[in-house]
Amino acid sequence: MVYRANAMICTCTNCISNGALKIKDALECEILNRGLENDIQVVPTGASGLCVKGPIVIVQPDGIFYQLLKKEDIPYLVEEHFLKGRPVKSLMYVPPGEEVPIPRMRDIPFFKDQRLIALRNRGVIDPEKIEEYIARDGYRALAKALTSMSPEEVITAIKDSGLRGRGGAGFPTGRKWESRKRVKDELKYVICNADEGDPGAFMDRSIIEADPHSILEGMAIGAYAIGASQGYVYVRSEYPLAIERMTVAVEQAREYGLLGEDIFDSGFNFDVQIFKGAGAFVCGETTALVLSIEGKPPEPRQRPPRTELWAKPTVINNVETWATVPVIINWGAKWFSEIGTETSKGTKVFSLAGNINNAGLVEVPMGITLREIIYDIGGGIPDGKKFKAVQTGGPSGGCIPADLLDLPVDYERLAEVGSIMGSGGMIVLDEDTCIVDIARYFIRFTNDESCGKCTSCREGSEALLEVLDRICNGEGEEGDIEFLEELGEAIIDASLCGLGQSLPNPVLSTVRHFKDEYEAHIKDKRCPAYVCKALISHYIQPDKCEACLICLRNCPAEAIIGGKNQIHVIDQSKCTNCGTCFDVCPTRFGAVRRLSGEPVPAPPPPEERVLVRVK
Amino acid sequence: MPKIKLDDLDSISEKIKRIILLREGAGRARVIVHMGTCGIAAGARPVMNAVMEEIEALDVKDVILTISSCAGLCSREPMMTVELQDEPPVKYVDLTPEKARRIFVEHVLGGKIVTDYALALGTERAF
Repeated sequence: MVYRANAMICTCTNCISNGALKIKDALECEILNRGLENDIQVVPTGASGLCVKGPIVIVQPDGIFYQLLKKEDIPYLVEEHFLKGRPVKSLMYVPPGEEVPIPRMRDIPFFKDQRLIALRNRGVIDPEKIEEYIARDGYRALAKALTSMSPEEVITAIKDSGLRGRGGAGFPTGRKWESRKRVKDELKYVICNADEGDPGAFMDRSIIEADPHSILEGMAIGAYAIGASQGYVYVRSEYPLAIERMTVAVEQAREYGLLGEDIFDSGFNFDVQIFKGAGAFVCGETTALVLSIEGKPPEPRQRPPRTELWAKPTVINNVETWATVPVIINWGAKWFSEIGTETSKGTKVFSLAGNINNAGLVEVPMGITLREIIYDIGGGIPDGKKFKAVQTGGPSGGCIPADLLDLPVDYERLAEVGSIMGSGGMIVLDEDTCIVDIARYFIRFTNDESCGKCTSCREGSEALLEVLDRICNGEGEEGDIEFLEELGEAIIDASLCGLGQSLPNPVLSTVRHFKDEYEAHIKDKRCPAYVCKALISHYIQPDKCEACLICLRNCPAEAIIGGKNQIHVIDQSKCTNCGTCFDVCPTRFGAVRRLSGEPVPAPPPPEERVLVRVK
Repeated sequence: MPKIKLDDLDSISEKIKRIILLREGAGRARVIVHMGTCGIAAGARPVMNAVMEEIEALDVKDVILTISSCAGLCSREPMMTVELQDEPPVKYVDLTPEKARRIFVEHVLGGKIVTDYALALGTERAF
């Protein structure tokens, strides 16, 4: 069939939850209505990356990007664009603070500054069609490795490329492979770690949903290199769509003989099984992951000895690492090593989340600055607010403040400022975020997820949480900051696995970069961001209140006293500091003030509350 | 599908190369049929169908067929613009399916402008 245009509709989990499947049905239905079914093909794809703007349709060959689609938009879209050739401006992307839409995807700053290696096929292929993956150079790297390279040559290529593990620690992939190749054994394993658990991170899920074959091909190449014949994809069951697409991919690859016996008549056998994890954060830790596959409680153990599944030599790499491997084999180690910085080669996928305009998935060369990621690609902070910090590396990472925005992103630089690359989560925080509260959020997460094996992690996180709770509740004491630092260091020293060793990072990095904010909480009993409820109060300024009744009607605690022409007053004994009055008070009055660290002025006595309107 | 051999990667790719090129927006040539109200009324649809049939019949992979709106010269519709890589676009006017077929074979595939139907070199873009 010769189609003249393809409507690529993003069917990632994000877009589906925003109604992408309904849009897809409506599109197909309207195309039929207009008799365009032989002209226009509707193609489901993985995430395009600009996840906040879903549902998204990209029309090729022109590359027109449509966003935030609603079912009602579809008939007009089909008539105008597909029937009459007039792209619909009202459905296009408009940059924050501007008015003129950008029609073409490649001209949108979010897309044009990215460099796609791991995400090379996103939005271009239907992830459930192996033929489309093949047509984009798929399985050629495997063919090349099996027919013209020895396992040693494959390992040399990966080593020379400088590829480092994308899951967090950044261990050189080639060296990892080499060490397992050296071990002689009949049976070896390769594992894909897709146990993505960081809050706000969805890189792995997106890669699997958009391009599952890239992972299978990478795993097959790795297996050939180390001499393994069996692979596992360890994916959490909270990712049903990723599991579904990976299952389809494995079946198709088997059917084509790209998994199975004697692949490309080379004598190499390899097959993959999908293992569904129950979604414990600690299972992302490799020693716990293999125990989980073995059916045992996932409690990390001491290394060395190396992580082994069923006591056999095993290579575990992250989703993104595997997806990058075929490109290195196809394009060469030299090409790859020219991208990035001295110590960190290639590109990295980040999931941008939090207080940012273009929340979504980006792939950028290593060495790009945080400012470029957050402002040029991410489109900056919504509502004109100020940037405060960015949390990289999820709960194991740290907060990086505004004065370090020009920091080039690579493994070493992030470590220098007390954070980590991690798997690539990037949570942007604006000025309304309380830094102590954020540290508390992450500690609560790791405290929940600690497997409990090491006392330092189990009880240490509990103790950190207690102190942070106290500080947020206005009960902080002199010496708390020093205690947090000391305990944090102790937890790092005494914990067995990466979870424990990194869990104090959010506290330590925020103490390091935002000490004044901790001090404000402890000494002045003040929360500068007006977040910690115990430290703030709300007050209606009598000279500004216009007795409009809006706050009074909206107050969920019924704490506002007043009436028509009666200046409103907050009953502090009832007020829960929910902030509703502050939000609803019309900006032209701006009568509600938030206070922190200072006493609430006494309200005017009842007889002085009559509003005198000056004409 | 039986187990594939090395060469099968090429044949599979070749089979859907057209679709992939279309999605990458990367073809050797681009044929734009102007389908504004004026174009449609003057018979642009049969013109486009003719080009589609040629693409299918001759199994052409690297030509992108697309539509755009009124080219501004409504009295000379149906119109078609042919853009070969690295060459200025050529506009054709007063087309019929037969003329479109000839243009497709001689200009798009053969690289030789069909001066009988050509209006001018150059184009304006929708954006």
